[in-house]
Amino acid sequence: MSELPPPTIEEFYRQCADRKLMAVRCVRCKHIMVPPRAICPKCRSSRVEWVQLGTQGKLVTYTVVHVSPPQFKHMTPYAVGIVEMEEGVKLPSIIRTSRLESLKIGMELEVDFSPKSQETSWPHWPRYFFKETE
Amino acid sequence: MRRPRRVKPLATIISAGLSKFGRREGVYARELFAEAALEAFHRVEGLDPGKDIKAAFIGQMSEAYEHQAHDAPMAASWAGLLPAPATRIENACASSGSALRCGIMAIKSGLYDIVLVGGVEKMTNQPTPEVTGILATASDYPFEQWNGMTFPGLFALMATVHMHEYGTTEEQMAAVAVKNHKNGALNPKAHMQKEVTLDEVMKSRMVAWPLKLYDCSLITDGASCLILTAPKLAKKLSDNYVHIIGSGQSQDTFCLHERDSLTTINAAKQAAQEAYKMADVKAKDIDVAEVHDCFTIAEIIACEDLGFCRPGQGGKFVESGASNIGGTIPINTSGGLKSKGHPVGATGTAQVHELYLQLTGQADRRQVADAEIALAHNLGGSGATGVVHILRSA
Repeated sequence: MSELPPPTIEEFYRQCADRKLMAVRCVRCKHIMVPPRAICPKCRSSRVEWVQLGTQGKLVTYTVVHVSPPQFKHMTPYAVGIVEMEEGVKLPSIIRTSRLESLKIGMELEVDFSPKSQETSWPHWPRYFFKETE
Repeated sequence: MRRPRRVKPLATIISAGLSKFGRREGVYARELFAEAALEAFHRVEGLDPGKDIKAAFIGQMSEAYEHQAHDAPMAASWAGLLPAPATRIENACASSGSALRCGIMAIKSGLYDIVLVGGVEKMTNQPTPEVTGILATASDYPFEQWNGMTFPGLFALMATVHMHEYGTTEEQMAAVAVKNHKNGALNPKAHMQKEVTLDEVMKSRMVAWPLKLYDCSLITDGASCLILTAPKLAKKLSDNYVHIIGSGQSQDTFCLHERDSLTTINAAKQAAQEAYKMADVKAKDIDVAEVHDCFTIAEIIACEDLGFCRPGQGGKFVESGASNIGGTIPINTSGGLKSKGHPVGATGTAQVHELYLQLTGQADRRQVADAEIALAHNLGGSGATGVVHILRSA
């Protein structure tokens, strides 16, 4: 097990650079988690493993942000939501769409990745986001 | 009608103080805190605060507003409490709700017999986008903040599901704002002492759909405090005291997306169950409540979580007028976070300050007749922290 990367948040984002959406799964109770962590919140086991998630998800809920922190001001208004993957795990995400009014609970989305950002004062890591299925 | 059994109090509130809430230009947090403390001291003439108050627990959310951390000794210093131990408690918007619990535990343990609990926040030094960013620090950084989430945004995510699952409407959320502004107009300490119409709320500018400007609580400067004693000392020190008979706190997942349900705040529900059990009262025994209406949807969810109405019925509950002053269970008589204001670190004990006034018959034009049992509901973050207290008149 020692050769596997640790279940850390930094490792999650490192995998985004390879266009992989990763999660950590509890070996004992199979609970899947994002953000990754070393202790399963459901059964307290510390035996966790990385799994790669699929590319498709469904929109669980959403909002359109009009008043944002300074780092996101250039994007307003923008949509954020919670996406449930086929594996059952959920993630918070920016939802990229040209038609904000077309957002709907239950709509199909697919993951995509953006390279390292130079736009904000925040860590310049690659990011995941979701967009309407093509 | 079943009368609640009179359980032994955990601790007793002998006094409460509140600074004027609002945009307090030219005043530092420490000065706001001293203003609240002075009011609390004046209510108990027989108390020598510097000598009698043995410890202080003070809520503050962020040092970013004023570039000032280490607030507890600072506030204690300005309130004349030295050298009593003073400790900052930080649980985001539930900071002073949690500080109150620390005070109760300090009394209940027998370590101290008189303590001061309170909270303070001086927020208006920063422009709104910066405040939005500072508040967002109470959410997850690498997943929620990086994805552009804001606090209005997080509560909007709950509102969207509540609307979808239960048919809750934007008008019902607006009704919360209308009610709380009506109450706040009667509160001389409130930030916005101004009534608003349903139409004004509905037409206010969008912050995070479906939440509009008037669905959001205010960015406010303010401080609050309470003086707690061992129950047996209360009578000797004060003519106006109120017993704390239940205290609950619970936590839920830090990130919103990890929760099983987005239409309930489980931490608050668990905290309420703990407090109800301790106090041996039920939701129907509550005569008046202050709930954490950081956004209008939060009051709707709170009424459901606390058992004032059935799950999903919170919108209809507020529309029915049941939670108006004069209704079956008046909620947020102070004006709530919505109209009284939400200086985040001060909010938890500011809620209890209002209930202290209600239970001692000092709430003036907001007075709920014959109020005996009161409940305070305080949230931290998007609901990772829930704190509930139940009070009983003496």
